[in-house]
Amino acid sequence: MRNQDESLAAEQYELQGPSLHRFSMNRRQFFRYLGGGIAITFVAGHAWSEDGTAVASVDDNSIHAWIHVGENNKVTVYTGKVEVGQNIRTSLAQIVAEELTVPFDSIEMVMGDTALTPYDRGTFGSRSIPQMGPQLRKAAASARELLRKMAAKKLNIDVNKLKVANGKISDTKGKMSLSFSEIAQGKELIQPIDESVVVTPPDQWKICGTAVPKANAARFVTGTHRYASDMTLPDMMFGKVSRPPSFGATLKRVDLSRARAIPGVVAVHDGNFVGVCAPDPVTAERALMAVQAEWEEKAGQPSRDEIFDYLVKNAKALRDNDSNGDISAGLARATVKTNKTYYVDYIAHAPLEPRAALAKWDGDKVTVWTGTQRPFGVQEELSDAFRIPKESVRVIMPDTGSGYGGKHTGDAALEAARLAREARRPVKVVWTREEEFTWAYFRPAGVIQVKAGADASGKLTAWEFHNYNSGGSAIETQYDVGQKRIQFHPVDSPLRQGSYRGLAGTANIFARESAMDDLAMDLGIDPLEFRMKNLSNERLRNVLHACANAYGWSRRSKAKGQGHGMGCGMEKGGYVATMAEVFVNPDNGKVTVNRAVAAFECGAIINPMHLENQVLGCVVQGLGGALFEWIDFRNGKILNPLFSRYRVPRFEDVPQLEAVLVDRKDLPSAGAGEAPIYGIAPAIRNAIADAGGERLYSLPLLGMRA
Amino acid sequence: MELNINNKAYTVDVEPTASLLTVLRDYLDLTGTKYGCGEAACGACTVLVDGQPTRSCITPVSSLMHKRITTIEGIARDGNLHPVQQAFIDNDAFQCAYCAPGMVMAAVALLERHPDPTEEQIRSSMNGNICRCGTYPRIVRAIQSIKTT
Repeated sequence: MRNQDESLAAEQYELQGPSLHRFSMNRRQFFRYLGGGIAITFVAGHAWSEDGTAVASVDDNSIHAWIHVGENNKVTVYTGKVEVGQNIRTSLAQIVAEELTVPFDSIEMVMGDTALTPYDRGTFGSRSIPQMGPQLRKAAASARELLRKMAAKKLNIDVNKLKVANGKISDTKGKMSLSFSEIAQGKELIQPIDESVVVTPPDQWKICGTAVPKANAARFVTGTHRYASDMTLPDMMFGKVSRPPSFGATLKRVDLSRARAIPGVVAVHDGNFVGVCAPDPVTAERALMAVQAEWEEKAGQPSRDEIFDYLVKNAKALRDNDSNGDISAGLARATVKTNKTYYVDYIAHAPLEPRAALAKWDGDKVTVWTGTQRPFGVQEELSDAFRIPKESVRVIMPDTGSGYGGKHTGDAALEAARLAREARRPVKVVWTREEEFTWAYFRPAGVIQVKAGADASGKLTAWEFHNYNSGGSAIETQYDVGQKRIQFHPVDSPLRQGSYRGLAGTANIFARESAMDDLAMDLGIDPLEFRMKNLSNERLRNVLHACANAYGWSRRSKAKGQGHGMGCGMEKGGYVATMAEVFVNPDNGKVTVNRAVAAFECGAIINPMHLENQVLGCVVQGLGGALFEWIDFRNGKILNPLFSRYRVPRFEDVPQLEAVLVDRKDLPSAGAGEAPIYGIAPAIRNAIADAGGERLYSLPLLGMRA
Repeated sequence: MELNINNKAYTVDVEPTASLLTVLRDYLDLTGTKYGCGEAACGACTVLVDGQPTRSCITPVSSLMHKRITTIEGIARDGNLHPVQQAFIDNDAFQCAYCAPGMVMAAVALLERHPDPTEEQIRSSMNGNICRCGTYPRIVRAIQSIKTT
């Protein structure tokens, strides 16, 4: 097994930052900003020196945050993590509230602000709950114990005779009691996290494990929450970028005189960047039309029709992920074999809020509000682009209109900042849907070759698996097989590509689970039984059982055109099994997905309501990639960059759905925003085959027909 | 140009071809109504015009003289959330919630026409509204919870 960092490294597309980061805020500044009280920090090593003034450098990969208990009974948590709909603002606050025994509503989360929150690599890879969660829990428990000690001193009583409940510390007889704010009054105390502190065991959780509604929910349903695209500042201008006609085009010449002739318009030409801004959006649009730019287009770019050949032919030196044994010997022992190539298209994240940023310069310092999963990464990008120190760049991330791995970059932030510097006024840039579809980045396309065999008893005898370009996530087989070779072949993608929900796992698990069903069908063994014969991972077995029970797998009916299928997988501490029922119309081959059940286990559940929402949301989003989402392109142009041409799942596409949440209070909590997406595509594919339809080897399954 | 938005009269100085969405968001700072596609294909910009669900991104303001425009900012009453807003919260019918204002407005319009909609009616009348987070089952449940109360 590779560890988590290696599995991220296998995603060649994860953005890379420098290995070291220095943050500096001394104790005086710290409390000037926070107000008095006590603070528990956690950073790698010892960031705070004895006198609280010097700061050591800390490793980028470590986790940082701090909790402040103020003089007004207010608890504030500072973390560089960001909220994009996965509801960590809620679940991380639940964790802190639990340990401090205070109401959920008394926790304020300050998130993703490079000036206020400690460094964080970014919100991706399902890391917030398994990594930030336990650290925040320990920090909150450390704060609780520190308050208890301080109360003991103040009350002159043995610390063991004090209990903490409801945000108060009282003696066991209930005679003396101090609120947190009374204890914190007038203090400026920073303590490191106590790694050995006792935290609340899951079976005693009162706030965690419950369905706390989304933090600030009313602000969202009333439209008062300001996403980055909603923000305004006095004197703000509206920015537009003149885009090249195709990828890789270079600017030959540009004439901005007509644009500049429009009153109020500021136009910028800087390298390949051409942009305009104006005091109102109508004028900005008109100025954009008035830009006369001539571009040299890059010839010979591969199109959708030839992309899969291209990926295999242009593979770079392979990365040998996992090999042992002799494949041909294993295949020679096999009773049934499969040898198939799978194809996976590029797809778009298409977050409903497109990229947006508002930038404001103050001298040579810039502040940018933008929707990004990596505010500190965007700070880095701005610092590089403008050749100014990172300390001169502040990036603030308001809770954002989703990301799904698609908002790691700071493109709109750079554009807004460039225009704002020229205009000497704040500038907002909001990408159009067409820009978002074209100039963001895609989930990688991929080619996967699977050669495998199983003997008459239903045991796998050989497993050879090659992934070209789509990535190494979840590439290892979860099944027990002695003879195997599993390789990821990186390719320089012709389209800009990057992270996606579940990363390459959606592709790798689709291929793996399809191959498993082909072998089971050819052996005449029930696909659930076949999987169980080759699976020793207890947690995955459990979700398969849970899913089969809820679905009624053993009692499934078999009418004409009806088919049932399954898919399962695991990654990043999340275990999923999905079963689906389809109807393939015998007259015209039309596929309808009637029903799906997803069972998911990610350790101890922090918030069952939001977990179920993530699981079902993953299944629904996964339907798109499974059935009909694909990016069409030719000569460096995206041909379907609109919702009217790029089909995404809608109300009428959603089958009857059920989520089964397996709560393992004995296991650490893991993230849930990604792994539940894995099972739906192979489940539908295998159900179509079971219905007597074709055995399909491409995602989207209905791509060319939909 | 004079517009009646949420029972309030507004005067805006804008070209008549400008979209209602731009006027709401960029001229009047009513940013609850969202941009999602600009081609009436996602429903994020849904408002009510004389009670009818309308995609504000393709609606020129010049067509709205003497009409009643209702946006997400205008449906709460006396500080109380509209029942649809409350139902969305109670049913956790969102994740990032960027689609929520458009969803809520589309649902308000649906319930005006059909106070007790079937699941089929909900799915077909809301089909033009996209939730990329995939919370459709929760939204259906939220709307159904209103008809039964």
